[in-house]
Amino acid sequence: MGKPGDTTRKEVRVSAQKPQSMKSLAAQYAKWREKVDALPARDAQFISVSGVEAPFLCTPEDVKDLDYERDLGFPGEYPFTRGVRSNMYRGRLWTMRQFSGFGTAKDTNRRYKFLLEKGQTGLSVAFDMPTIMGYDSDQSRARGEVGRCGVAISCLENMKTLFDGIPLNKVSTSMTINAPASILFAFYIAVGESQGVSSHNLTGTIQNDILKEYIAQKSFIFPPTPSIRIITDIMRFAKDHVPRWNTISISGYHIREAGSTAVQELAFTLADGFAYVEAGIKAGLDVDEFAPRLSFFFNSHLDFFEEIAKYRAARRIWARHMKKKYGAKKPESWLLRFHTQTAGCSLTAQQPENNIVRTAFQALSAVLGGTQSLHTNSMDETLGLPTEKAVKIALRTQQLVAHETGAANVIDPLAGSYYVESLTDRMEQEAEAYFEKIDKLGGVVAAIEKGFMQREIGDAAYKYQRQIEKKERIVVGLNEFVDENETIDIDILKIDPKVEDDQAGTLKMVRERRDGVAVKNALEDIRTACRDEGINLMPKILHAVKVEATLGEMIQVMREEFGEYREPPIF
Amino acid sequence: MERKIRVLVAKPGLDGHDRGARVVAAALRDAGMEVIYTGLHQTPEMIVQTALQVDVDVVGLSIHSGAHMTLFPAVKKLLDENGMGDVLLHGGGIIPEEDITELQKMGIGHLFGPGTSSKELVDYIREEVERKRASAKKG
Repeated sequence: MGKPGDTTRKEVRVSAQKPQSMKSLAAQYAKWREKVDALPARDAQFISVSGVEAPFLCTPEDVKDLDYERDLGFPGEYPFTRGVRSNMYRGRLWTMRQFSGFGTAKDTNRRYKFLLEKGQTGLSVAFDMPTIMGYDSDQSRARGEVGRCGVAISCLENMKTLFDGIPLNKVSTSMTINAPASILFAFYIAVGESQGVSSHNLTGTIQNDILKEYIAQKSFIFPPTPSIRIITDIMRFAKDHVPRWNTISISGYHIREAGSTAVQELAFTLADGFAYVEAGIKAGLDVDEFAPRLSFFFNSHLDFFEEIAKYRAARRIWARHMKKKYGAKKPESWLLRFHTQTAGCSLTAQQPENNIVRTAFQALSAVLGGTQSLHTNSMDETLGLPTEKAVKIALRTQQLVAHETGAANVIDPLAGSYYVESLTDRMEQEAEAYFEKIDKLGGVVAAIEKGFMQREIGDAAYKYQRQIEKKERIVVGLNEFVDENETIDIDILKIDPKVEDDQAGTLKMVRERRDGVAVKNALEDIRTACRDEGINLMPKILHAVKVEATLGEMIQVMREEFGEYREPPIF
Repeated sequence: MERKIRVLVAKPGLDGHDRGARVVAAALRDAGMEVIYTGLHQTPEMIVQTALQVDVDVVGLSIHSGAHMTLFPAVKKLLDENGMGDVLLHGGGIIPEEDITELQKMGIGHLFGPGTSSKELVDYIREEVERKRASAKKG
């Protein structure tokens, strides 16, 4: 291989020859296809996971419009198609970050220490449904749900337990929290302070992506307008006080899990991202002040090449729009950095050990697509929360990809593949078509209110299910290669029902020991800030957290002021 | 002619993962049933209230959050208390085998796991409703 300069010269020479050679190539291809089409084909649908017909064979004809400098460039350089870092995994591997949380803060703290000891390099918190929906563990709506599908965190005391013995200046933490993100972020900052770590040295992410909640995951509390106001308050606060924090993780993961196609995931996620950029600009922030702290979160489904093309297209689209449409000047604002999680919805409850293999393929495509961090699902996730054994295999899968497959040695190794490049282009074009549709509907929020994305995703999910049932799509162990009378003999993690009582006890202790007047005043300060957009909510919330107001109390005030969002039921 | 089978598809609790509920609702509709979908974040009281109002034959709960041992019995109890003990209460989601056994002992119908086909579900509902209607006539 020559120096970069040689490559460019070669490109020029090839493109100078294009017209002549392409013409003859197209003719040769047609002749070859005629022969091949006469052969019998296997009885199958040659479609991607997204239902897109796959090309028979790709040739230079499929990439004839590709311009290396304009469309690909070098890693770490605009338009970042080939990766956001110039040295990618030669410099540093992706962060291995297993999403994890169950039971009490104490139970989850033990799991975090186990994962760190096994070589995990970052933390990722899964909260239970009451926390996600802004209820304390002892509120009536929390009954039966405490600690079930994540860890229960209602107050600062819980958060201190969660990170007990884990120095927050040494790990980065991602928190999957949206509607109450401001409060969990404040809990984290306060725990840092109690450990003597300045907020300026905290690193991590809050998901804080409310738009995809309305679109897909449906864990919303407030209506869109006040929700976006909270987000811009967080962005403004973080740029001054927690500058190394990723303030939004713009998420396609849940959109895909809800049943979207790859292109829908790509398009709706980036459209959400642009909506946050517009909200920030509208709130008076300079785009270069907050855009470098926006990060992304994608799904890695089973269609290997479609996924890789999706990540490459995502980087290119984001860079182009940020530079050209939003006028961002800092290269950091053009970078689409992303976390990946393998597709939970691709796993089967039947023959669950096969899920290890599915996850391995998905992990590999995320790495070949240039992810910055990765969660690999455990084989037992269609049956319950992961056991220690299952999560260890999932983590080992990443370590295997990193150290045994060679995939991390060469940057963007599939660049130049006729198929991957043409797929990358096609996905970019189809995403642009969706952006236009959303614009015509009046933007992301208006499109959500009209149910546009929800319907597109619902239709795609139903179509996928029908394909499986009609066996147009084979799922191993589910509709083909089925083990009759299969018995599942893997362990299932059980959540101790005592969690609810433990949490009630902790909350009672906190409520008794704290200064009631200080809490009342702090909550009223939050109310005042809710009513006045000129007051940033974050410092008020941080203060309330420190005097031990609970999550449920703070959210209750905000519910009273902002109202609650109700979705019209559609199917 | 007997009236169409009327099904209430409900999402109890705080969880918003509605892919399953919506796919099931669409599949039952396409199988010729009358389907009412509650929407999200329903309490057991809200679900039973709707079931009474629209006079359903079947209530199907979709639960992925692990709260099934609280929510199924709560809905069952309220249905019984409101004179709807003959309504078929069943559901689906991520529910461990031993919990299924325990719930069925309480009179809750079949609980379908991941990978269930629409056909299995439709056949089950038709059979159960026919059986219930036949025994109601006899009685």
